[in-house]
Amino acid sequence: MKNTIAERIFDFLKDFPPFDILTKEQLFLIAANVKVVYVEKDRVVFKQKELPHENFYIVKDGAIGLYRTLDLDSILVDICDEGDIFGLRPLVQNDHYLMSAKANEESILYAISVEILKEIIQSNDKVSKFLIASFSTNIKTPYANNNYGQLFANVDTLEGNNTNLSDFQTAEYSKNPITCNKKTSIKEAALIMSSNRVGSILIVENKNPIGIITDKDLRLKIATGLVSIDEKVDQIMSSPVITVSDKITTSEAQIAMLKHKITHLCITKDGTPNSELCGIMSEHDIVVLQGNNPSVLIKELKRAKNIETLRYIRQKTSKLLKGYIEQKIPIIFISNIISEITSALTIKAIELSILEMETKPPVKFGWLALGSQGRKEQLLITDQDNALVFENVFDEDYKTTKDYFISLSKKITNKLNTIGFEYCPANMMASNPKFCLSVNEWKNKFNKWITQPSEKSIMMCTIFFDYDLVYGNKKLVDKISKSIFKSIKSYEIFLNFLGRNALINPPPLGFFRQFLVENDGAHKDQFDIKSKALMPLIDAARLLCLSHNLKNENNTIKRYVNLIDIEPQNKDLYLSCIDAFKILLRFRTEQGLKHNDSGRYIDLKNLSKSEKLKLKGAFKPIKDIQELLNIRYNLSQMM
Amino acid sequence: MWNWFKHKNYPDFWKEYLKTFKIKQPKSIEKTRFIVFDTETTGLDTVKDRILSIGAIAITNGIIDVADNFEIYLKQDEFNTDTVEIHGILKEGNIEKFSEEKAIEYFINYLQNAVLIAHHAAFDVKMINAALTRMNLPKLKNKSIDTGILYKKLDGKTGNHFNLDALCKEFNIPKHDRHTASGDAFITALLFLKIISKLKKERTVYYSDLFRTTNNKGLI
Repeated sequence: MKNTIAERIFDFLKDFPPFDILTKEQLFLIAANVKVVYVEKDRVVFKQKELPHENFYIVKDGAIGLYRTLDLDSILVDICDEGDIFGLRPLVQNDHYLMSAKANEESILYAISVEILKEIIQSNDKVSKFLIASFSTNIKTPYANNNYGQLFANVDTLEGNNTNLSDFQTAEYSKNPITCNKKTSIKEAALIMSSNRVGSILIVENKNPIGIITDKDLRLKIATGLVSIDEKVDQIMSSPVITVSDKITTSEAQIAMLKHKITHLCITKDGTPNSELCGIMSEHDIVVLQGNNPSVLIKELKRAKNIETLRYIRQKTSKLLKGYIEQKIPIIFISNIISEITSALTIKAIELSILEMETKPPVKFGWLALGSQGRKEQLLITDQDNALVFENVFDEDYKTTKDYFISLSKKITNKLNTIGFEYCPANMMASNPKFCLSVNEWKNKFNKWITQPSEKSIMMCTIFFDYDLVYGNKKLVDKISKSIFKSIKSYEIFLNFLGRNALINPPPLGFFRQFLVENDGAHKDQFDIKSKALMPLIDAARLLCLSHNLKNENNTIKRYVNLIDIEPQNKDLYLSCIDAFKILLRFRTEQGLKHNDSGRYIDLKNLSKSEKLKLKGAFKPIKDIQELLNIRYNLSQMM
Repeated sequence: MWNWFKHKNYPDFWKEYLKTFKIKQPKSIEKTRFIVFDTETTGLDTVKDRILSIGAIAITNGIIDVADNFEIYLKQDEFNTDTVEIHGILKEGNIEKFSEEKAIEYFINYLQNAVLIAHHAAFDVKMINAALTRMNLPKLKNKSIDTGILYKKLDGKTGNHFNLDALCKEFNIPKHDRHTASGDAFITALLFLKIISKLKKERTVYYSDLFRTTNNKGLI
């Protein structure tokens, strides 16, 4: 019989995770058994410590605030709006409510029986994964759970299902593979390969691929004299071959090759080894498909004779980045490659500039990348932050030396600007006389920043401490680093100031409709992912590493890895920070590529529910690392 | 004696229906099973016009229970082309339709002793009663509440006629499926919950207050 009301509820639920991945029948069963609850403003839906209801809730209209009461304080933990689920965890885990739910506005809720859901969880793996992922944002110590790393991954998997298939290119492969049969001699096979100028030959039987010989086999097994060239190919072929269907995407192909540690995949009609061969895909094909191979780019770069070529290579790098992001390649790998290219570009710009100078540099110098480039975390084109250090000189030579390096720096920054790295609006560049200094001057500058901490000097420290030598003499930089640690040691309270700075930006609570909810309850329609999420993690890592005298590593992820070695007791927390950082960095990069900007400000209107959920998951570790700093440096007394 | 005799001849479903009224009613807003319903009809003449469809949904303890709902479409002999535009129910639609007798029987089975709620309830109750009369059955025994009258018990509400559209707007109720019996029943159910909640804020609401048809002085 017709059920108009259930159909209407069905229509509402079907747009929200996890209901969007249920079958029609499952969802209709849920819709037809919904209980509709009306709650007036300020009415409590459930109380902390209460035994769980038989239902969990999804907000149809209005807004429900989740509060945790500790002693007498009631802290807003989250606000749920249209489509948000709440009150589910206690039902599944047979636990009391950990929070109270109260209507922040007049609301209409759909209450859904947990019994129906339990049946569905058992039959639908994706739903249970979603639920685990959503729990991770509001359980007390999520990283105490061993599966924490997977929680994010699950959201990823979920997202993958929603992604438009056109995002994944189908991999290209050669459709006329060179073949022979197993009775062919090795010599013949090698001749066939040579005349066709290919690096591999497939051995087929009844059109099915049974083995493969590559250049490598000839090198390892023939050229070494292990097997005679008159033997048959089946003596040296690798068998069986790894087969895939022609529907494989580039990223899947890459994964398959990595997994099996091979460089060639056979394409067969149905993807199994027992069907007709239709092509072969090599690692090289994938590289070509990605259009721009980083090693090719760096080679091109080294040959570059003018700035236009460098500019072109930078643009190609952006395309490479886009491809990597779409292929969901690990962000560490991506940031390494992009940093390598950025460094290579900078070095080239420096070399070209030195050639333009009338004389060679009068003394040794070093070119320092600062900020995100110094941390090797710069993925998108952002502005340049750099500095120059030159060898100490006698007073009488100082002026000419400094003038030389300033005019060199001007040429370099100008070139970098042409390449695509815009000038730093705050003029934190080597062309600024304030940041083109001798070793002693830098030592004094850092010492001053450390021993006379002010808001401004602390900010300078956060930028300049992440310096990385891109070009020039390493010894000069080592001298500065040594001096910095000496200064910090003599003035340890500096770390507390740095700590206070790291806590200036607490992460947001979560999302509410198209708004971001700040800790103080304020709503913003834009999310500054840099200052509100990435910087707190970066600042915390820097501070903790400085406190352990670690200066060799600037990269935030590597800093946390080092910290895990030194403080194994905080391993879970640091791991969760790494996860969060990766997610946020990828997110920022994706947003930047999408909107062709720095990706710093995220317009919340454009975020999907699962994107918000993913971001929210990353806020928790930020909050926890800030708490650790707060306790360790006794910061609550300083604030 | 005559009544008793006639009683004996009632169809089984009506006897079952009557039995439910022998059970003591809870007389509390929380424990009562309310059924919010709406009828779509061929017109406003309770004698000449006929019911096209009935939609209903139950409220218990302040919660609308979707599983406890009722939706039925009736076969038409009388057909008034003027009202088709509003309801969108054509005489020969794709939806399964039932004779008036069957539809009323199912509806009565569903109702049992629940308290009825409808917007301008008098009309919908009269339409059901007219159908019962055609089946040689007595009128509905259920108590009924008119959300239009209930609304007037709120502070500062004067005037006589409040249509559902106006109240949806005032109470911020989204108008999905307006002018289908089920859609209107659902909207009316939300309206009922919202009025009750607002009334409770203004004063103590007793079960008996719901049935007073006089103006807002009826509430203490």
